[in-house]
Amino acid sequence: MKTQFLTAGFLVAASVAHAETPVLNVLTYDSFVSEWGPGPAIEKAFEAECGCDLVFTGSGDGAALLARVQMEGAGSQADIVLGLDTNLTAAAAATELFAPHKVEGDFEIPMGWSDPIFVPYDFGWFAFVYDKTKLTNPPKNFTELAASDLKIVIQDPRSSTPGLGLVMWVQDAYGENASEIWMGLKDNILTVTPGWSEAYGLFTNGEADMVLSYTTSPTYHVVAESDDTKAAALFDEGHYMQVEVMGKLAATDQDALADQFLAFMVSDAAQAILPTTNWMYPVRTPAAGLGAGFDATPKPSISLLMKPELAMNRQDWAVEEWRSVLAQ
Amino acid sequence: MLRFEDVVLQQGDFTLRADWPVASGAKLAVIGPSGSGKSTLLLAVAGFLPPMQGRILWQGQDLAVLPPGARPVTMLFQDQNLFPHLTVAQNIGLGLSPRLRLTTQDHDSIARALDRVGLPEMAQRRPGALSGGQMARVALARALLRARPILLLDEPFSALGPALKDEMLDLVTGVAQDTGALVMMVSHDPGDAQRFADQTVLVADGIACTPTPTSDLFANPPPALRTYLGS
Amino acid sequence: MTRAAAPAYLAGAILLVVVLGPLPLLLTRGQVTLTGADFAALRFTVMQAGLSALLSCLLAVPVARALHRRRFVGRGAMIALMGAPFLLPVIVAALGIVSIWGARGWLARMGLPLPSLYGLQGVLLAHVFLNLPLATRMLLQGWQAIPAERLRLGESLGFDPWARFRHLEWPMLRSVLPGAMLAVFLVCLTSFAIVLTLGGGPKATTLELAIYQAVRFDFDLPRAAALALLQFGVCGLAVAASARLVRDAGFGAGLDRSLAPPAPAGWRRGLDGFLLLLTAAFLLLPLLAITLNGLLGLPAMPAQVWPALARSLIVAVTCGILSTVMALALALAVAKGARGLEYMAMLPLAASSMVLGIGLFLAVQPFVPPAALGLPVTLLVNIVLALPYAFRLILPEARALQADYGRLAEALDMRGLARLRLLTLPHLRRPLGLSAGLAAALAMGDLGAIALFASDGGATLPLLIQRLMGAYRMEAAAGAALVLMVANFGLFWLFDRWGRHAAV
Repeated sequence: MKTQFLTAGFLVAASVAHAETPVLNVLTYDSFVSEWGPGPAIEKAFEAECGCDLVFTGSGDGAALLARVQMEGAGSQADIVLGLDTNLTAAAAATELFAPHKVEGDFEIPMGWSDPIFVPYDFGWFAFVYDKTKLTNPPKNFTELAASDLKIVIQDPRSSTPGLGLVMWVQDAYGENASEIWMGLKDNILTVTPGWSEAYGLFTNGEADMVLSYTTSPTYHVVAESDDTKAAALFDEGHYMQVEVMGKLAATDQDALADQFLAFMVSDAAQAILPTTNWMYPVRTPAAGLGAGFDATPKPSISLLMKPELAMNRQDWAVEEWRSVLAQ
Repeated sequence: MLRFEDVVLQQGDFTLRADWPVASGAKLAVIGPSGSGKSTLLLAVAGFLPPMQGRILWQGQDLAVLPPGARPVTMLFQDQNLFPHLTVAQNIGLGLSPRLRLTTQDHDSIARALDRVGLPEMAQRRPGALSGGQMARVALARALLRARPILLLDEPFSALGPALKDEMLDLVTGVAQDTGALVMMVSHDPGDAQRFADQTVLVADGIACTPTPTSDLFANPPPALRTYLGS
Repeated sequence: MTRAAAPAYLAGAILLVVVLGPLPLLLTRGQVTLTGADFAALRFTVMQAGLSALLSCLLAVPVARALHRRRFVGRGAMIALMGAPFLLPVIVAALGIVSIWGARGWLARMGLPLPSLYGLQGVLLAHVFLNLPLATRMLLQGWQAIPAERLRLGESLGFDPWARFRHLEWPMLRSVLPGAMLAVFLVCLTSFAIVLTLGGGPKATTLELAIYQAVRFDFDLPRAAALALLQFGVCGLAVAASARLVRDAGFGAGLDRSLAPPAPAGWRRGLDGFLLLLTAAFLLLPLLAITLNGLLGLPAMPAQVWPALARSLIVAVTCGILSTVMALALALAVAKGARGLEYMAMLPLAASSMVLGIGLFLAVQPFVPPAALGLPVTLLVNIVLALPYAFRLILPEARALQADYGRLAEALDMRGLARLRLLTLPHLRRPLGLSAGLAAALAMGDLGAIALFASDGGATLPLLIQRLMGAYRMEAAAGAALVLMVANFGLFWLFDRWGRHAAV
């Protein structure tokens, strides 16, 4: 009974709020809205300028997000979906649930950006992270890694964004020879975890020499924990990128507000929040700069990223190749 | 009057037929070889085994519509007549109120019933602390309080010694007199029948025969009884 | 099957709708295609679940026997401890296992030459760690259900250990073991994170992962539903196999006089002691590792842990009670002969929480924004998912109760609430307490299908732990995991204690 009252209470409260100020509903992944993610600060900053109520709904991770949008279809409550990446944008565009954006100007993304529907808000590079005190001579590419005795933990591409990123990375860098790389990596892979957290937990427990993560993971340890023992190994094949994007749903009843939010997310105010909450690079460097931690983080010299259509077409095939080689 | 009207009972492959009346207040022994279906007959009266065919009538009313607890019947099983987690008084009290909502008056009745069966001072014990004979007495005390017009006994005293058993049979006779109940008692001991029952039903070969005065039956035993008695 | 069975049929109907209802909703959204990889996943799923069940239950036999017949200081604590691993959130349990058995774990650092943890062996190790206690508890109940009269009879007949095993323990095992194996098999059937984390690679792919993949990457709902059906099929076969194996022990009732004969002395005593010590170490060491890691993380823990804990406790207690009430209604009806309900009560074990969540989402979404239903849905899903465990624990004793006292209760016209109060509750208090504790703790550790319904009502503790880990805060997460473990354990202990302080 109590829960019914609670729920009823929520509904009443929600509808009262609705009557007074416009509400912008943003559907995103769970870690974005968590207490340690960008959500709370973004909400505060945007509400200060929009005179509206910004409501984040967190739901699983990036890939689960698109599934949810498809489930809700045109009846979705959401006005904005935030947190898809380039592996998903082609499929997301094909649902025809999204509307073109009106954001103008360039983005400081290594491979450049132009997309009529999706607006990028941050990006990063996948990389293998290691402990400098235990590993003094990290591999410089996949071939060296495969030839070494190092143990790595990776994530499953079928359930994890970095896991899929790695498969696309190898695919983009090696094309037809990708399966040989996987064959070589097979004895280095300690285990494959369902998500990023399990893998990173195993790595910090000392189980593996390296873990698949982002080049900015060591930055977190430096900035938040004053711990500079972690580093990302830079590979000379280049590093695959993850560009996180947002899009406006065509069925939104808050069209102007949604456009305002998209513009806000690439403005200085929001871009300054993202680096030390989402631990990714902003798409427009904030006026105050990124801070010493980010400035000291080495960036890959070569960036890799497949065009969304290509990524969509290659994805199933590349994952199947990964699976069949490793399952042998 | 309790009437078996063309009754056919079935348990697995086994069938038993009965088609006879017995008067209220009668004392009936049910004897027969082991596995012949003596208990089956009682279970049908108590409502645990619906007849495949025929009706069981009490005072002209078909019992089939009544669930076991609503029947004019008290049954004493071979064992498990008492709940081990309830006290003796509570076990007896269930005969007055299945919800154990007992008044002071009820408690007095329980005490009197315990006196009647020779177990004063035992009210607060639990069954685990009683002997077999004492447990049977508690069950009888409950039957006394329920005062249903039919009392079914399914060999509840078979585990007791001869002297104790005779005592219990006398006690049953007393309880039956107090309540005026029709008693049907299953036994494998012809001595029980002769001591206790004015009529006896012989159950053999799938048939529960019409009750016969006990003395006549044993004076002139039919072949099935002779086989059973081994004489 | 009239008035008394009505709550049971209501419970059955809720189960059917919640567990099977999603399938048509998903299946009708397109064409179904299954690939060779799916059948490889099916094979691996069945194999790992089968081996896990076999190992857990075989090991549980000597452990449960030793626990049953030995009296020692800390025995009660050890029985209570038996609940702990099963109740751990999966990710916490996995990290605990790794801390002990991993490549840089305690045992490896002591110089023990261990084979790699990652692979089928790791999956089995973790599943035994999680399920051995469950199996042991179920078998222990079986031993306790052998009336002391029968044990004394055996003793007086001069039974040697073999004769005792053959005439008393084996019949009991025949009646309890298939159910325990079934329960462990079904738990492992839908195991996901453990298999993936410790499995070593895509060879260790389960059906549940295939379902996850179908939904998340391909948004192929019909395929997800087809895989879920496959999972139900396996579950059905397992239930049928177990039903064929079960033999009723037929001990009859005892008078609950607690005068069990003394346990054998000599080398058997030593062996039992060694076995119990080994089991305790096997179960305790990972818990100890979690505790130590957690203690280090306590200072780093954010204040949000406490409101999250409160929310989790509310969910857990509500689920514990409601799940047990539903399970009791079903078990009593099944004990009276409604066999169909027995299978219904086991259904949720095979349910994919992913499919369950999506089904509920699709069902409510046209009418109410799913976020508004976060709490009720969390409750509903957890009640349903915990129900089979509660049911399994209650059923054997409900059956015994019906066999021993069913007729007497009916003859005395004890019905409805009076019967519940005077007969059922006093007799079933022990399994009721155990199952309420189990259901509560399971609900507390669960994350399951809830992600889709993320509500504005704030995070539960498991979700908070996941968020902490996702935000690099591994230490704080370890601290919060310790809080979760302690709360979980405390809750289970409270319910279980209520049950074990039974009048009977």
